[in-house]
Amino acid sequence: MATDNTSSAFGDEEDLLSEQASQLVQFVQTGDFAGAMKVISDLNETRDRTLYQEVGRLTRSLHEAIRNFNIELGNERQQEEMSKISDASDRLSYVVDLTDKAANKTMDLVEETMPMAIAMKEEAHDLKEAWGRLRRREMDPSEFRELYKKIDEFFNSLADNSDKVYGNLSEILLAQDFQDLTGQVIQKVTGLVREVEENLVNLVAMAGKVDRLTGMQHDIKEEEEDPMHGQGPQINKEKPDVVSSQDDVDDLLSSLGF
Amino acid sequence: MKILVVDDFSTMRRIIKNLLRDLGFTNTEEADDGQTALPMLKTGKFDFLVTDWNMPGMTGIELLQAVRADDNLKGLPVLMVTAEAKRDQIVAAAQAGVNGYVVKPFTAAVLKEKIEKIFERID
Repeated sequence: MATDNTSSAFGDEEDLLSEQASQLVQFVQTGDFAGAMKVISDLNETRDRTLYQEVGRLTRSLHEAIRNFNIELGNERQQEEMSKISDASDRLSYVVDLTDKAANKTMDLVEETMPMAIAMKEEAHDLKEAWGRLRRREMDPSEFRELYKKIDEFFNSLADNSDKVYGNLSEILLAQDFQDLTGQVIQKVTGLVREVEENLVNLVAMAGKVDRLTGMQHDIKEEEEDPMHGQGPQINKEKPDVVSSQDDVDDLLSSLGF
Repeated sequence: MKILVVDDFSTMRRIIKNLLRDLGFTNTEEADDGQTALPMLKTGKFDFLVTDWNMPGMTGIELLQAVRADDNLKGLPVLMVTAEAKRDQIVAAAQAGVNGYVVKPFTAAVLKEKIEKIFERID
């Protein structure tokens, strides 16, 4: 899809250009101004055609890149869900949605499970204490009957709660299935970005040649990043202006007198 | 002890609230950016602010600056919990008067340590 023939096409045009230029010189020297004017108009046409061809070629490949951006997923439910989505930003919102749902579902289950774990721990602690008193023969018969009942209840609730904890853990495990779907979507979007970038690089290269032909110069200011605006997570932690860990943050802050 | 948790992602607010609850801080409220948070803080009900940096509307650093510029709020302890990891940014947060800085992803132990350190200093 990359327009790797850009340079050769341009080379042809440059050959034509120098040919037409020498024609023009010839016409002017022989005094054939009508011929010279025609060559000038041909020259313009050559220039325009080169531009149109290159822009057209790039537009087509960009279109193709965007059209090719379709995701084919396994089952029907997934396909139905994906067919509603037609562009990269929608796809990325879909990733945000899926990860959000998975995170919330996991947290729901964790919040449901934690009190069970705490209750089991507390009951076990109480029983252990009572059991100790029994072994030290510090327990009277009425207390013992109470303990007997409590142990029975504890075994029942232990069986129920551990089933529930196990079930919740399995659901938490399943809630991680988003990684497969979001991974596929992100890989596709990454592929598209790479393709668009390749085409843009070609466009820039072509624009550079046009600039050379027309003698245009651009005054493009480099935009400086404002560190006061959030920049999001740093992917490359090796960069010298980025901290690589919490320890780095702590060191930096303590060097500032924190 | 009433704590305001400011982050534009509800999942992150929920994680922080859960961790705070485990540390014994059950009285928490949430806001999704600085613009929502500032009026809440101005009611004077809060004793501690935990904020993200990168948020739409008003960012965490702007919120921190606004807090430090407000006579009633300037003493409020502020912990930044953020993915922003540039040295310049951490220096800027320190200069703006942050009390602690935690980079995401973080652990419960790190959050606990930083909060304890902040309150140690204040006591």
